[in-house]
Amino acid sequence: MITLNQAHFRRRKIVNAVMLALCGVATLLAIIPLVWILVYVTQEGGRFLSVQFFTDLPTPVGVAGGGVLNAIVGSGIVIGIACLIAIPIGIIAAMYAAEHPNTPLGIAVRFGTDVLSGVPSIVMGIFAYTVIVLPQKHFSAWSGGFALAIIMTPIILRTTEEMLKLVPRNLREGSLALGASEWKTTLQVTLPAAINGVVTGIMLGVARVAGEAAPMIFTAFGNPFLSAELDQPIATLPHTIYVYAISPYKDWHDKAWTTAFVLIALVLGLNIAARVFTAWRLKKMGWR
Amino acid sequence: MPRDTFEKQVNDLKKSLLDLGALATQTIADGVDALKTRDRVMAQSLIERDAEINRLRYDIEERSYELIATQQPLASDLREIIAVLLVAIELERIADHSKNLGEIVLHMGDEPLLKPLIDIPRMAQICESMLSQSLDAFVRNDPALGRAVAQRDDELDELYKQIFRELMTFVMEDPRTVTRALNLLFAAHNLERIGDRITNIGERVIYAATGRLEEINVQTAP
Amino acid sequence: MLNIQATAARDAPQRVKAFVRALDDNAHLDETTASALKMRVRALDFYYGAFRALAGINLDIFEHRITALIGPSGCGKSTLLRSLNRMNDLVPRTRVSGEILLDGENILAANVDVVNIRRRVGMVFQRPNPFPKSIFDNVAYGPRLLGVTNRQDLDEIVERSLRAAALWDEVKDKLNESGLALSGGQQQRLCIARAAAIEPEVILMDEPASALDPISTYKIEELMQQLRGQYTIVIVTHNMQQAARASDFTAFMNMTPERAGRIVEFGVTRELFTNPRQKETEDYITGRFG
Repeated sequence: MITLNQAHFRRRKIVNAVMLALCGVATLLAIIPLVWILVYVTQEGGRFLSVQFFTDLPTPVGVAGGGVLNAIVGSGIVIGIACLIAIPIGIIAAMYAAEHPNTPLGIAVRFGTDVLSGVPSIVMGIFAYTVIVLPQKHFSAWSGGFALAIIMTPIILRTTEEMLKLVPRNLREGSLALGASEWKTTLQVTLPAAINGVVTGIMLGVARVAGEAAPMIFTAFGNPFLSAELDQPIATLPHTIYVYAISPYKDWHDKAWTTAFVLIALVLGLNIAARVFTAWRLKKMGWR
Repeated sequence: MPRDTFEKQVNDLKKSLLDLGALATQTIADGVDALKTRDRVMAQSLIERDAEINRLRYDIEERSYELIATQQPLASDLREIIAVLLVAIELERIADHSKNLGEIVLHMGDEPLLKPLIDIPRMAQICESMLSQSLDAFVRNDPALGRAVAQRDDELDELYKQIFRELMTFVMEDPRTVTRALNLLFAAHNLERIGDRITNIGERVIYAATGRLEEINVQTAP
Repeated sequence: MLNIQATAARDAPQRVKAFVRALDDNAHLDETTASALKMRVRALDFYYGAFRALAGINLDIFEHRITALIGPSGCGKSTLLRSLNRMNDLVPRTRVSGEILLDGENILAANVDVVNIRRRVGMVFQRPNPFPKSIFDNVAYGPRLLGVTNRQDLDEIVERSLRAAALWDEVKDKLNESGLALSGGQQQRLCIARAAAIEPEVILMDEPASALDPISTYKIEELMQQLRGQYTIVIVTHNMQQAARASDFTAFMNMTPERAGRIVEFGVTRELFTNPRQKETEDYITGRFG
């Protein structure tokens, strides 16, 4: 018979309470920078926010008003190009890597992705500059999208691969047992089952590249006018922030803050939209 | 819906049991008829039928075992199948007793009856009616009816005692009648035993319906 | 109510004779075994890498009957089952020798089209695995793979399959809802409907009720009885009682000392469970194992 030791119980309770408190503190410390940044950017950038900021083109130094319409459209175009390249390549390669994890090509894909995701973004910019901008002899939206696509691909690939691997083998077998080929099975059963994770991966990728300024310096370059020419230099939000921020002018500094606020808000909005979409889809499919 | 197949098997089994019951009931009437009319053909047919009734009983028995082995019946299902099994055995024994009546007929040859048959046909009638009632009770899962049937066994016991006393008187008056008296006594005894078997069936009905094992009137014949 | 006296007519001797004749007829034509062989496994050996998982398996599978595979964990029941539609092809580093004949044709032969084999030999899995699609699309998945695109044809197939799986009445008003919104037992019946939709000749079931509650289990077993006679069914089950209840034939598998699976005894289910021929089978089904 074990006799209950009251002191021992009390000690256990105290240790439990202390550990719980530590967890709470650590969590708080992790959130503080996020909240801080959000609050600060909102304070600094929100002050000058106006409708014109979204609808007008930039004004020269000292001229009041003006907006970043060119950068918003430009970012959209460059990210769109990046998505068009990175999403199909990322997902198809992930399908292969998930189905054939132990084949030489599967291992190569995974290793290559790991290395690629560790390369600094500025290197990607220089790479795109070397292979596209130099031969063409001018900056372009294409080259910006290409640089961002290289950054995005490993992110999409790895998350998609992990999500596909999480789909129960059982589900794949159900399809294969009906006489479906492996390719059909992945496309029609595994991918739809993992779609939530795949969309999350894409959103992560978009969020990551939407804020990349460094590669833009070498590729999209920037453009003070509204442009939708894929072959011409184009403005982007992070690059605009960079240009405004390093200038010596007070009102450009303010505009840098406002642009940063717009960028963060857009990325956040995109993320929320993706969450809502996947939640709706999950509910429709009865996963929840 | 979940256990349709099993239910069907149990119902088929019960149907076979009722077939066996009908056949056993018939043998009682036929046995006493053969005795009354000294019908040796009928007597012979009783003996032949008995072998076939035995086969039917083994068939029911085997199917009960298979149901228990393969369907894992529990609670009322289990009691019901066990009751079918035991009732089948009782019915087969009843047919055995009827067969004995046939054998008495063949054994007696052309010797006249000691006395006209009055009480023995009455016993047979009671047996037949009790048996069909007990099978009704089984089908309806009605323990009260099962108990009521079993209690009618007393009437049979009374009749048997009366026949016994009567035949004793004959024997005491004229000891040469002893063989003929014993033939009739043996016939009455078989009918009395049939009554006991029917009582057992009543007990099985009560068990199947209520799960209680109860013994009904333990009066024994002298 | 059945009246015994009325049924007991005067022609009792004839009635006994008729009854006994019926018994005799049954003895000559045992309903269970009166069936052609659908599949035959001959000298099947199966290896995972260097490990021999199945050793010298011989098994006959009767057409339109239910054959159960029972045995302790790890005895190779599922491996054997999954060999019957070559699902083991998907497992890397496996090797197989021997023959599996489907209507006399060796499905292990090199020139055999696996897709065609799986179309003829369908499968239902241990855990219900409906696709994350609507109920309709789940059932229509197989027919669509086979090239059925006409909406009317698909409607017909879906209804027929769901009826065959005794699920139609429960889902007919919500065919566009997700298959995952159904209960576990319904999901498993949906998977049976999905397998039935491509009209296979054989349906393999790998512990189809092990993840279900007793009522759903009985429903699946009842469904098997309804499908029997139309499909040849092979079921692996951990649950001996289930094999006893639901199958016509039972194969008891056990392991050799080297842990390779082999068939100890194969027979008519009711005989195997009342009077097994092998001591090993008796020990297993009476729970006196090892």
